[in-house]
Amino acid sequence: MMTLNLAIRNLLRNRRRSFATLLAMAIGSTSILLFGGFSTNVNYELHTRHVQKGGHLQIQHRDFYLYGSGNPTAYGIADYKKIMAAIESDEVLKNMVLVATPALQFGGIAGNYAASVSRTIIGNGFVAQDINRMRQWNDFDLSTKAPLSALEGAAADAAVVGTGVARVLQLCEALKIASCPKPEKEQKADGKALPDDIAQLSLQETPAASGAGAANPRRVEVLVVNARGAPNVTSLEVIRAEDQGVKELDEVSMLMHLAQLQQLIYGKSEPKVTSIILQLRHSSQIPLARARLAPILANFSASQPLAVLDFRELNPFFVQTMLMFDTIFGFVFVLIGGIVLFTVSNTMNTTVVERTVEIGTLRAIGLRRGGILRLFVIEGALLGFCGAVFGAVLALVLAAIINKIGMPWLPPGNVELVPFTVNVWGENRMILGTTFGLICIATLSAWWPAYRAARLDVVEALRHV
Amino acid sequence: MTEDTAEQTSELPADQATKNRPVALLTQIEKTYHLDSIDVPVIKGVDILVRHAKFTVLLGPSGSGKTTLLNMIGCIDKPDKGEIIVSDCKVGELTDDALSDFRAKNIGFIFQNFNLLPVLSAYENIEYPLLLAGASAKKRGERVPRLLNAVGLADRAKNLPGQLSGGQRQRVAIARALARKPKLVIADEPTANLDSQTGAAILALMRRMVERYEISFIFSSHDPEVIKAADDTIFLKDGLISGIRRKGLEDGQ
Repeated sequence: MMTLNLAIRNLLRNRRRSFATLLAMAIGSTSILLFGGFSTNVNYELHTRHVQKGGHLQIQHRDFYLYGSGNPTAYGIADYKKIMAAIESDEVLKNMVLVATPALQFGGIAGNYAASVSRTIIGNGFVAQDINRMRQWNDFDLSTKAPLSALEGAAADAAVVGTGVARVLQLCEALKIASCPKPEKEQKADGKALPDDIAQLSLQETPAASGAGAANPRRVEVLVVNARGAPNVTSLEVIRAEDQGVKELDEVSMLMHLAQLQQLIYGKSEPKVTSIILQLRHSSQIPLARARLAPILANFSASQPLAVLDFRELNPFFVQTMLMFDTIFGFVFVLIGGIVLFTVSNTMNTTVVERTVEIGTLRAIGLRRGGILRLFVIEGALLGFCGAVFGAVLALVLAAIINKIGMPWLPPGNVELVPFTVNVWGENRMILGTTFGLICIATLSAWWPAYRAARLDVVEALRHV
Repeated sequence: MTEDTAEQTSELPADQATKNRPVALLTQIEKTYHLDSIDVPVIKGVDILVRHAKFTVLLGPSGSGKTTLLNMIGCIDKPDKGEIIVSDCKVGELTDDALSDFRAKNIGFIFQNFNLLPVLSAYENIEYPLLLAGASAKKRGERVPRLLNAVGLADRAKNLPGQLSGGQRQRVAIARALARKPKLVIADEPTANLDSQTGAAILALMRRMVERYEISFIFSSHDPEVIKAADDTIFLKDGLISGIRRKGLEDGQ
């Protein structure tokens, strides 16, 4: 207590220097916390977006994740309704699961024959009502809400495509998509100048001649390979184009009603799905839900090997992004920690030089070396504590101001502008970790000057001018 | 009986043998400082005996080795050769921590520049050695006001050193040196930074403390005037004792 009292008074003795050191630490602490708060917010945004889109867990054929993109229908889950019924009747799972919904992925070709364009697509069949319920998940209480899918309540042959698909299929005008660049018209030969047989073929393939698509400019033909390996075609009405955030995905994405897609792929045979999506109330329930699912799925695994994947496994981009942010956070912490180390160390070194005679006096009147060491280390730790706490308070205030201003920005992979948010309040682990870390660094920085002070020769110290 | 007198009575050593034993005994002490490649012998084989409850002065010109001897008697410096016994303890055999504890218990220091802790008040400066010793709040509460009263600074208890005059600071330093009832008080030119009138007053105060608390005071000076106040005077010249004068004893005894 005596040492602490003396340490506090010594810090107050040279107020300007102590304040300058404290301010440097506080700015460092604030910077770390604000970046950490921003990183946390990005984590929440991405986390929420992935859970809203694909749920927390997906039950799939064991090999679907690795090989399914080549031929999704080959990895269909039979008896999926029974599996879902078993999940919904489980005493524990039914309290955890908010939405359990089937999904069917497919690959095919979509064509707008009126415009003579087509492209390969990867699509999904969903239960639109369930998809919209999933989009309301907001466990982190974010201010931005996900737009609802237009598929709910739409006709059975409705489809939603990525804006990239709409652009390539030249549906922008029909879908009233703003800022959608149109390609310059190619100078196509009308066939009149060509030899007779080729001209005839060209004229037959000209949309104007066939008349397809003229009635409804939003209709597209979708060609898929059915479960038996034969081609099957259906006509769908694109009711909306939704930006998927990532160009590669945006140019292949097509969503449609599950029933429509199952009809297209499985016909009259037993319909299957490629995934059963489970959205939980909280992400923290993932391990427990997985544990509960294991025995349930074991009952259905005799004929088809099933696997449960969580949203992190399904979205490696999310994990990589967060790892990148964590790495940058660590780098920032190390940089600022280094600055704190040198600032406190410099302050304490100066203090030791200034108080050399005092150190000699204390040693002469009976204070042990350990006492001197303790005194200076406590001074460093106190500087660290005050700087880190001041920094945390400053970060909380600045975060509140930034969040209040709500500057719009577009996070990577996002579709809409979101307010720039910094999550500091409530992030106790981050605040305590940063505060404790900086206190440790400050204490460590004070240790060497303190050790030097403790090792001073008493006579030399007393002679110091 | 006043409070101070009561304390004086309680601190009187019971054993007469203790009174006759020297507080410090230095035998064949040698000390050389090494300045770069040059060796500077400062003390060249000195024997000193510091008597119990006496006012001893080390007198000599600058560079004669007064401060070095005081430092060694005060156990903050070690000789290259020879043996030092303070309060019946061979201090050369003690570890650094044991030496710190020994100093805290047996030796008080008064410095030329007062060396008070600037962040502590007069009261707290005197209290500090007691806190180091782990004295109870009750004991501290009794002892510190008594010492402040003894040095005539009862009304300055809350003042920081910066708010006190040179003479007042040295009085606080004297009170601090006496706080743990040491057997020996070391004072290195305690009046050098004071005007002659204040210096005389400080000398008189130290003299009174010797008599009141039966503590041995040993201090250095190059002022021949202090001989008048001293019981024993040790004359130093070029690291050697050039003479010893003890009141009531023959020269050199």
